[in-house]
Amino acid sequence: MLAYIIRRLFNAVITLLVVTAVTFGIFFAIPKAIGSDPALLYIGKQSDPAAIAGIRTKMGFDDPVIVQYGKFLKGIVAGRDYTNGPDVTHCPAPCLGYSFATDQEVTPLLLDDLPVTLSLALGAAVLWLIIGISAGVISALRRGSFIDRAAMTTALAGVSLPVYFTGLLSSAIFVYWLGWLPQGQYTPFTENPADWFVGLLLPWITLAFLFAATYARLTRANMLETLGEDYVRTARAKGLKERVVIGKHALRSSLTPIVTVFGLDLGALLGGAVLTENVFNLRGLGYQALTAIRQSDLPIILGVTLIAAFFIVFFNLIVDLVYGVIDPRVRLG
Amino acid sequence: MRESHVSIGATTPRPYLEVKDLNVQFETDDGIVQAVSDSAFSLERGQTLGIVGESGSGKSVTSLAILGLHRTRSNAKVAGEIWLDDQELVSATDEQVRELRGGKMAMIFQDPLSAMHPYFTVGSQIVEAYRVHHPGVNKKVARERAIDMLARVGIPQPERRFNDYAHQFSGGMRQRAMIAMALVNDPKLLIADEPTTALDVTVQAQILDLIRDLQEEFGSAVIMITHDLGVVAELADDVLVMYGGRVIEKGPALDVFQNPQHPYTWGLLGSMPRLDRDVRERLNPVKGSPPSLINLPSGCAFHPRCPYAGRNGNRSFTEVPLLRGDTHKVACHLPQEDRTRIFQQEVLPNL
Repeated sequence: MLAYIIRRLFNAVITLLVVTAVTFGIFFAIPKAIGSDPALLYIGKQSDPAAIAGIRTKMGFDDPVIVQYGKFLKGIVAGRDYTNGPDVTHCPAPCLGYSFATDQEVTPLLLDDLPVTLSLALGAAVLWLIIGISAGVISALRRGSFIDRAAMTTALAGVSLPVYFTGLLSSAIFVYWLGWLPQGQYTPFTENPADWFVGLLLPWITLAFLFAATYARLTRANMLETLGEDYVRTARAKGLKERVVIGKHALRSSLTPIVTVFGLDLGALLGGAVLTENVFNLRGLGYQALTAIRQSDLPIILGVTLIAAFFIVFFNLIVDLVYGVIDPRVRLG
Repeated sequence: MRESHVSIGATTPRPYLEVKDLNVQFETDDGIVQAVSDSAFSLERGQTLGIVGESGSGKSVTSLAILGLHRTRSNAKVAGEIWLDDQELVSATDEQVRELRGGKMAMIFQDPLSAMHPYFTVGSQIVEAYRVHHPGVNKKVARERAIDMLARVGIPQPERRFNDYAHQFSGGMRQRAMIAMALVNDPKLLIADEPTTALDVTVQAQILDLIRDLQEEFGSAVIMITHDLGVVAELADDVLVMYGGRVIEKGPALDVFQNPQHPYTWGLLGSMPRLDRDVRERLNPVKGSPPSLINLPSGCAFHPRCPYAGRNGNRSFTEVPLLRGDTHKVACHLPQEDRTRIFQQEVLPNL
């Protein structure tokens, strides 16, 4: 078991290295190839050649890409110094460099955005798990009924409608028309939990709608399959109450594949729910990423990509470990 | 107490299990599946009834109907009467039947690997079966009871195996555990649905012995569903042969084996491999395939496969034969003398 975890952690590190190498390569090698100058992006509209040359030396843009990548990695592990003669800027580990647009350190910038993304993703996850799984179970038990059809039609809508449509529509209805909710605004939980909750309610619902739809369909399909299993018949033959047959024996097996999907979805969302954050003006990682892309702010893009990849790899590992616990037939190692 | 009013007004004791005019239908997209038609039989405690037939002959559907397991299927229709210990089960409420299920009547399934939940330990599944019918019992007592049962069915080191999962058991041990689970509440009626089909031949005999021993110990009535005539010969007091959802022959096991009356039963006996006869080129299987239960053949459902159909006019093709006889009953249009003659002259020499 321990050997398994160590091997998986090692694999995770390799995966992250590959992700950063590819991203780094794309964002640093391509501008070089097409003759665009990152130093120019960094320094902005000034075109003083001396200043540009200074930045180039300080940021190491003249080095070969492989050297730049090596320095980038060293920065993450041990921090790094940007040097141009007597001008030394120290960037502590884990250093993701400086934003081209604002000259701020990337790491604290992204760490500031993380709580917003975390709040959004976790709140929505709770909602979509509750709604999606219960809708799926009810649909499976009442297969072919009006409730089943209504739920599955809604789920189809949920899967097909994009967030910027459902998000804007729900804002229009609940904020501007009915006036039940304030205009979306993020308040840190530590500051005022009630405001935090109210401010995130609409983004949660919007995001949860999208995911709940997938989970409802998945749960329904799994449940229908499980209900036909021999061991469910055995559970009934034992004289268990139908509530126990469904809630314990059938649900337990139906939820196992959902754990996998959930881990991956949550990991992906923690890297930033780009559309939802932008629709609701939530300044999380997704919002930051989109802004950075607009401004060609390469260090921030690289940082967000790295964090997103980290979460996905991390949750993948968690899912595999949890799987060994919930399904005793899976032996890890 | 155990008496029922027969039409002539006399009272006779009702058997422990009595099934009357049982009909089971399933509505499907392809049409109505007539899985069991007008089935009737009875069974006393301590006795074993063997139900034989091909796949789709209605054996399992009959037993699931007794347990009321079709109730959860919205497309199933069960009609007729099922009397267990003077209680009618078809008209009983879901809750009444649920309380009997696993308590007074229990079932052993064919494939113990798929019939046990893969995510719960074998022990916890037995404990669950016990506690649902003994709500006041605490976990420790239930656990002891489960371990005791595991030991009774011959599982070595039951305390250690208690915490194992079904996939960690061998096939034979798994079926023993399944039997322990079925017997944990001392059921008075035990239905075993092909309990040895999924097992190695060497293990089959052990499991059959176990069921017989436990039956003697608990005095239960046992229904043994099988397509293996050897199993029936080994265990059953009475035999029921089913075809196309109908009982086509029934009687004392010895009688049915020594003097089978229905051409289908002859076919079953002819397709059984035996050591005590000369090695021949091939066995004599029943020709053709089992009928579709959605569209049963007219008249006698067996007529498309029966080599003797048409010997008695057109009745085989138009009229459903009735189950007739005293203790040994048969549903066949052939006159009794013809059947005896055909069996003695044509069938018996080839068995």
